[in-house]
Amino acid sequence: MKVTKKGALGLGAVVVASAFVLSGCQASGDGGDTPAKGGTLTVWVDAERVDALKGAADAYTEKTGVKVDLVSKDNATIKDDFIQQVPTGEGPDVVMGAHDWLGELTTNGVVAPLELGDSAGDYLDVAIQAATYEGTVYMLPYAVENIAVLRNADLVPEAASSFDDMIAKGKAAGLTQPFVVEQGAEGNPYHLYPFQTAFGAPVFGTDASGSYDPTDLQLGSEGGYEFANWLSGQGRNGTGVFNTDIDGAIAKQAFLDGTAAFWLTGPWNVGSAVDAGINVAIDPIPSPTADAAQPFAGVKGFFLSAESKNKVAATDFLVNYLGTEDVQLDLFKAGNLLPALSAAAETASSDPIIAGFSKVGADAVPMPAIPAMGSVWQYWGVAQAAIINGEDPKATWEKLVSDVQGAIG
Amino acid sequence: MAQTSTTRRPASRGPAPDRQSVRSLLVKIVLLGIVDAISVYAAFALVLQDNWVVAIVVLAVTALVNWIYFSRRLIPAKYLTPGLIFLAVFQVFVLLYTGYVGFTNYGTGHNGTKQQAVSSLLASSLQRVEDSPTYPVTVVDRLGELGLLVTDPSTGEAYVGTGDEPLAAVPDAEFEGRKAVSAPGWTSLSFQDVIARTEEITALAVPYSDDPNDGALRTPDGSNAYRYLSTLEFDEQAGSMTNTQTGVVYSDIGTGAFVAEDGSELRPGWQITVGFDNFIRAFTEPSIRGPLVYVTIWTFVFAIASVFLCFALGLLLAITFQNARMRGVKYYRLLLVLPYAFPAFLSILVWKGMMNESFGFINQVIFGGADIPWLTDPSLAKVSAILVNVWLGFPYMFLICTGALQAIPEELTEAATMDGARGWGVFRQIKLPLLLSTTAPVLIASFAFNFNNFNLVYLLNNGGPRDTTTSLPVGHTDLLISMVYKVAFTGQNRDYGLASAFSILIFLIVAAIAVISFSRTKALEEIQR
Repeated sequence: MKVTKKGALGLGAVVVASAFVLSGCQASGDGGDTPAKGGTLTVWVDAERVDALKGAADAYTEKTGVKVDLVSKDNATIKDDFIQQVPTGEGPDVVMGAHDWLGELTTNGVVAPLELGDSAGDYLDVAIQAATYEGTVYMLPYAVENIAVLRNADLVPEAASSFDDMIAKGKAAGLTQPFVVEQGAEGNPYHLYPFQTAFGAPVFGTDASGSYDPTDLQLGSEGGYEFANWLSGQGRNGTGVFNTDIDGAIAKQAFLDGTAAFWLTGPWNVGSAVDAGINVAIDPIPSPTADAAQPFAGVKGFFLSAESKNKVAATDFLVNYLGTEDVQLDLFKAGNLLPALSAAAETASSDPIIAGFSKVGADAVPMPAIPAMGSVWQYWGVAQAAIINGEDPKATWEKLVSDVQGAIG
Repeated sequence: MAQTSTTRRPASRGPAPDRQSVRSLLVKIVLLGIVDAISVYAAFALVLQDNWVVAIVVLAVTALVNWIYFSRRLIPAKYLTPGLIFLAVFQVFVLLYTGYVGFTNYGTGHNGTKQQAVSSLLASSLQRVEDSPTYPVTVVDRLGELGLLVTDPSTGEAYVGTGDEPLAAVPDAEFEGRKAVSAPGWTSLSFQDVIARTEEITALAVPYSDDPNDGALRTPDGSNAYRYLSTLEFDEQAGSMTNTQTGVVYSDIGTGAFVAEDGSELRPGWQITVGFDNFIRAFTEPSIRGPLVYVTIWTFVFAIASVFLCFALGLLLAITFQNARMRGVKYYRLLLVLPYAFPAFLSILVWKGMMNESFGFINQVIFGGADIPWLTDPSLAKVSAILVNVWLGFPYMFLICTGALQAIPEELTEAATMDGARGWGVFRQIKLPLLLSTTAPVLIASFAFNFNNFNLVYLLNNGGPRDTTTSLPVGHTDLLISMVYKVAFTGQNRDYGLASAFSILIFLIVAAIAVISFSRTKALEEIQR
């Protein structure tokens, strides 16, 4: 009889488990299905920003009776989960994300257009530009992020006027590798993009409405080849300023140790530099040419699910609550990224670090979200890494351009 | 449901049980009652979500389980059922589902149903009429029909319209500030009512005038409306989409997307089953076949080399330590087991750092500043991967071999020596076959593990260096499993269908090898008899 008892115990566990397996996913996301009085909005939020949104969520519930259910999600999986869950009807009403997801999200048909109405004018231009995909706005922007040069002001007291000046100033301070930037075996085109734009070679041209045009590949323009030449000269067989063995961790360590005075990186690394006791100043990116070095801008925001049963409340919540200065400033405090709402951006810029990044951001261009960009990423970094490591710049760049062109079709 | 089980008790119970069996019967009933209650709850929840199939499966399984445990026979089933249910949920289902996905076009752009694709296409085809203002609106209701009470922002006059009737002036509307809030004959909806009828309101498009080119008013948030023109029209009968601006017709030709005559596709498409297309593509499309072939070869090389080298090294060390003349064996053993005791993730990342070309410990310290491209040269990266894997794997083989060697009776060696065999002969003819017959299952398991050794490849070098000659994001040290991962879960163009097809291939390979090796193992077992 003892056997049966154990068996039954095991069985109990099994059925409980299978019941959860079979019904578990249903139970978790049913918020959107019940259009009962008031209703519930399910919002997937990046784990670090849940607290920042609590105030806005509570205020909205109080005002309208609509419950806002903030679900903390892992930043690494939130996009894939969203794409996979929306068609099943188990997705959220609103999801937090970044503008460069837009190509993928629209191709999969999981986001609904968002009408910002007259409030569109209250946001930074780059934010609205990034939130727009093929002429339609899909995202409520809340933050703008771009890279800039972090300078160790104790080592080099004044900003560099050009790229060569930066290296010269660093060498004068007695450093062998004064400038570091994150690369890797497969390169890191995101961090090299400002130098490429300085040579007048953006990835794509823009059409009349200001959207990127996948048929107008500017990578292969004359500037592209000039950039490749310059990169080669700064690589292994040249000055050695760029090195694909310097990854994020090595670059960071060099700056924190004071063996590098300039570090081209984003706001996410400022905290650790300040914590390490470094007197950090944020400089514009020194250009190797006479033109400005324009980095990519990444814009973060909220998307509305195409399958949301609560689109009216969700739109209202996004446009009229999350688009207010208070909420944007709360989000700013949680992430230290420049707010996308102009008024909030101004308030936040009282901090010199934020002001520094936002000054560089004024030149920034939104990272293309079009699916063709995926084909570019695939070959881009590898080609740049090869050039840095001494491959022939002209031939490598030619191959890059033809590979990308071939992949776009 | 707990009660239903209780009522069954008299029927299923024998006469006059002793005290202990009454108690265990009670325990059984309570436990099964809990199980039944939970599954009934689950079934209810599922039925409420219109998930009939799953609900029926849950109930059927519960009924079966009750029958098995109340039956007085079926003793083996009582042992096996829990395991079988787990097997079904976590193995069989997953396998079948992966198999199913392998026959679909599931991936980027083919993510949902056709209906979802249509509504998504229509929603994103709405273009706001240029320079049109924001219209303050109140959602109103007349006998269940929804309408929009619109205030023209420039004139301040009120209009009302429904989905069928274009806007018409309402001279006697009531205003609150500059916004019309109610009209005679219409009931104004409160915000709560608006939320409750979200779906109707999202679908509501009020024609601006009789001319369709003026567009229609829609309200995304219930208080403001905007004028939109749709650039796509869906013809339900023909099942095709028409671009109203260019006149191009996109029709459904069975590829899971709306395709125009010139071959251009509207995205999103939808998910369909495509038969053996994914497998055919894997073997015929050169840009996929090339990587598939060399990745498969490398996967075999990696798995065989890893198992062989680990086993050889482990065995060698085990034999060395068996020698009675060895001193301090305990301490050596402790040291040798260390790689096994460290978390593999940590070791792999440390190796990755040590193998960095310019800054790594190996080049800087051991080779005095040499530039050896441990992880960036296609061939050397393969050697490095095997090297690290052997470092991680030999202690396990060492432990296994030590145990197996100790289990071989000393008399056998003595007998062989008496018969005139020398050291190598004894080892080759007596010990090794015995050893292999006991370790063969471990070797097969180790092969299967290394065949799918995702962690090592992903953490050490992420499959790199990248192969730039193919359109798939594969690298020179990618195994089949990490290639599947990259096809399915990285980049902007996911292809779950193709990835599932690959994983079916992996399954077939590993399964075939396991079957063959186990039948060979049986042959080895004969030796022991």
